[in-house]
Amino acid sequence: MADAAVHDVAHGHDDHAHGGHHTSTGLSNNKLAMWLFLGSECLLFGGLISTYMLYRGRHSENLGPDQLWDIPFTSASSFVLLMSSLTMVLAVTAAKRRDDRNTKVWLTVTAILGSLFVAGQVYEFTVFYREGLGYTTSLFSSSFYTLTGFHGVHVTVGVIMLLAVVGMIAKKRTGEDKSELVEMVGLYWHFVDVVWILIFTLVYLIPA
Amino acid sequence: MATDTEHAHTPDADHADDHAEHWSDFQYVKLAILLAVVTAVEVLLSYIKDDMGGFFLPALLLLMAFKFMAVVLYFMHLKFDNRLFSIMFYMGLILAIGVYIAALFTFRFFDA
Repeated sequence: MADAAVHDVAHGHDDHAHGGHHTSTGLSNNKLAMWLFLGSECLLFGGLISTYMLYRGRHSENLGPDQLWDIPFTSASSFVLLMSSLTMVLAVTAAKRRDDRNTKVWLTVTAILGSLFVAGQVYEFTVFYREGLGYTTSLFSSSFYTLTGFHGVHVTVGVIMLLAVVGMIAKKRTGEDKSELVEMVGLYWHFVDVVWILIFTLVYLIPA
Repeated sequence: MATDTEHAHTPDADHADDHAEHWSDFQYVKLAILLAVVTAVEVLLSYIKDDMGGFFLPALLLLMAFKFMAVVLYFMHLKFDNRLFSIMFYMGLILAIGVYIAALFTFRFFDA
């Protein structure tokens, strides 16, 4: 027993640095739970995307995707979100190097890019609403707003998490597993990005 | 005496971390540029879809799948991480694809 305790103390720090954990699987339970959560999120967004695909043709003649979509604007939004994935991965690598300054910088840049994307979505929704596309106007509008709205809420939650982590690092409240905390938020953020990759192609680029 | 720390240095975990550390920031930047170019190609294809005929949809879906997998495998480190994480994620993904394709067939989506 004493040997085990000495071994734990001697290697505890090293285990965290190299991805080892004191669990029955040898893996981080937090990370395992996050991947399981992301797997379940596939079902949520799969349902929303399928519903949109079914109802995308159910609209009035002058208020459908062909009349409303602004592809250059949405492409710019997609580019912003894609670049936020790059800044997020740079934050994760900086956290693994224990470089607090760059971790905070890249997390903040990611939060700014995420906010820019959400602002773009709010602008897009406002334009559509002014053109007469309300939430209950048609089955197309309901399914479109629900799908993209849910995604927007996920991005907003991601931005809040990013800023919370920046605050925790600044106040040194992250504990020993700082890199794992940043990695957890990173996994969530990248998932939000991959969902947008699907939405951008299936909703915006493929004609109804 | 066996301890839980023995699990910490499984060959899979160590091997995975070694690979993950091989990716430099510059490699991530190169991948992001590639993804941006692929996005630009997708947008370009949407403008010339009438000229592409039947190739438009498969080409777009292929590019989308490429971007999806690139982010999941490299940005999310799933390629380098423990296999159990992949199982957790792909289980949900495959279940979602299967269930919703079946649902779309039920509603005769593909007939249209």
